[in-house]
Amino acid sequence: MDGSTRGYGMTKHGHVKETRVKAHASEFRRVVRVFLGRRIVIFGVVTIAGLIICALLAPYLAPYDPYEQNLSGALQKPGFNHWLGTDAVGRDTLSRIIYGTRTSLMIGIVAVAIAALIGMTLGLIAGFFGGKGYTFIMRFIDAMMCFPPILMALILAGILGAGMKNVMFAIGIALIPAYCRLMCAQVLSVRENDYVTAARSIGATNIRVMIRHILPNCFPPLIVLITVNIGMAILSEAGLSFLGLGIEAPKAAWGKMVSDGYLYLRTQPVLSFAPGLAIMLVVFAFNMVGDGLRDALDPKLRGTL
Amino acid sequence: MVLLLVSLMVFLTMRLLPGDPILMYMTMRDVEGSSQEQIDNIRKEFGLDKPVMVQYLRWVSGAVRGDLGTSILNRSSVSAELKRRVPITFYLTFLSLLLSVVVSIPLGVISAMRRGSWLDTLVTTVANMGVTVPVFWLGILLVYVFGLILKWLPVFGYTSPFTNFWVSLKQVVMPVFCLAVFSIASSMRQTRSSMLEVIRQDYIRTARAKGLKERVIVMRHALKNAMIPVVTLTGMTVRYLFGGAVLVETVFNIPGMGRMTVDGILAQDYPVVQGAVLVIAVTILLSNLIVDLSYGWLDPRIRYD
Repeated sequence: MDGSTRGYGMTKHGHVKETRVKAHASEFRRVVRVFLGRRIVIFGVVTIAGLIICALLAPYLAPYDPYEQNLSGALQKPGFNHWLGTDAVGRDTLSRIIYGTRTSLMIGIVAVAIAALIGMTLGLIAGFFGGKGYTFIMRFIDAMMCFPPILMALILAGILGAGMKNVMFAIGIALIPAYCRLMCAQVLSVRENDYVTAARSIGATNIRVMIRHILPNCFPPLIVLITVNIGMAILSEAGLSFLGLGIEAPKAAWGKMVSDGYLYLRTQPVLSFAPGLAIMLVVFAFNMVGDGLRDALDPKLRGTL
Repeated sequence: MVLLLVSLMVFLTMRLLPGDPILMYMTMRDVEGSSQEQIDNIRKEFGLDKPVMVQYLRWVSGAVRGDLGTSILNRSSVSAELKRRVPITFYLTFLSLLLSVVVSIPLGVISAMRRGSWLDTLVTTVANMGVTVPVFWLGILLVYVFGLILKWLPVFGYTSPFTNFWVSLKQVVMPVFCLAVFSIASSMRQTRSSMLEVIRQDYIRTARAKGLKERVIVMRHALKNAMIPVVTLTGMTVRYLFGGAVLVETVFNIPGMGRMTVDGILAQDYPVVQGAVLVIAVTILLSNLIVDLSYGWLDPRIRYD
């Protein structure tokens, strides 16, 4: 009896699994089709791919050493040798922008990873267990929401000091609230589903229900938030660097380049303009990909993130 | 409750700042060879020799009475300093918010009503670019074009509108525009998408079937219902406006609260940063409250019991 039941269960299980895989594949295909259906989204994807290549191959792509100073060749106008001119100490602007891709992407991705990891964990705990934990975590997040993110990142960067690691951490912390709130809301709605009750009824532990059944079903809107936030994080890093609390001096960071160039705005505006355009391009690309993902994953979310 | 948490957060984070403001003060004043006794005396004067909890209680009880302590660096009263600077920042953010509402809602509505037209494409593109542009870079761009090339507007500075209205207005145009761009763009996107959502509803079809004028349908039936997400977003942008003020005040050299915070962080002057950040946080808290209350007016189904 026991054996036959198990056998039946297995075939049934196998069957269910098979159809689920099929549904998954066609769902995936639909998502990809909708996602790539808009030209602007393809533009975003291509741009991001290009930037990643730029970051990886910076030493090969950059025409000059971004750190090499050449005081006799300082503040050259854009020309054949230096496409975007040189800065106050004779460093090639184009090379510095190319190296800056590394800084920006790295900070964007790591900061968002920190924010997503901490925020989602807190949201999961708050939403799943409810009660005192919920109240405590959500009140804390409410308090965090009273600070402008850039200001919070600024204060944290002030505490930790300038430098790449500290900036990533500062921006990461400042971005936590959105993840926590979204995750919590998702968990609250997902945990009401029948399959959660079913899992519980066969004796699944809290941890198992949380990780195997609830977590994966909370993801779609979070993926969108993550993509859009990478752009936000890059923008924040640029802001911090602009205010002088970002990346340490010789390293190429776009925000710092904009603020350094500000001094020479009258004579050589390109020093400020070019890195700013680079920031805008990256953020635009991530936003467009985020928009595309949102439309593809869940049309109901349109305009809410 | 949230307010208390906010004040505690502000206070404790400030205590984590590395370095000792007293030592900083000593070096700034160039008091060479000051004895340990002198240092202790100054520490006592600012109450920094007391345990952290006692310091916090003193600060909060002072704050409730409108006394936010004394700046360590220049020994001036933080409240007095804030009294000078708060109106400036509030004036800028208020004008930006006003500009954003006046521009974004009509444009969002028009672009939703004429979906797919060239106007819609233009509005959407501009909005997508508006949410990606770094504010400080936009500020520099404007300074270059309108300040240096066309010489229409002063490059920086601030005059109170009560001393000289025209000069003040001219000085304020660029900062306000910069500050408003992000909220204009995001609320334009939100208005457009929630209008598109609402005009698909049955009651709009009913209104059309009744033969109501298109203008009445849009203004009375659609817009009010589409406003809830827009109001939420506007409430949230207050946060970003204060964050943006930090950057914009730096670019245009405006003596507001944002500038005060950045200078305070750079100089590790606890009381100044604490005071300024507390004012910002409380303002954001209040604006959230106003947003919550406005839901009831927009949608009578929402009630607060």
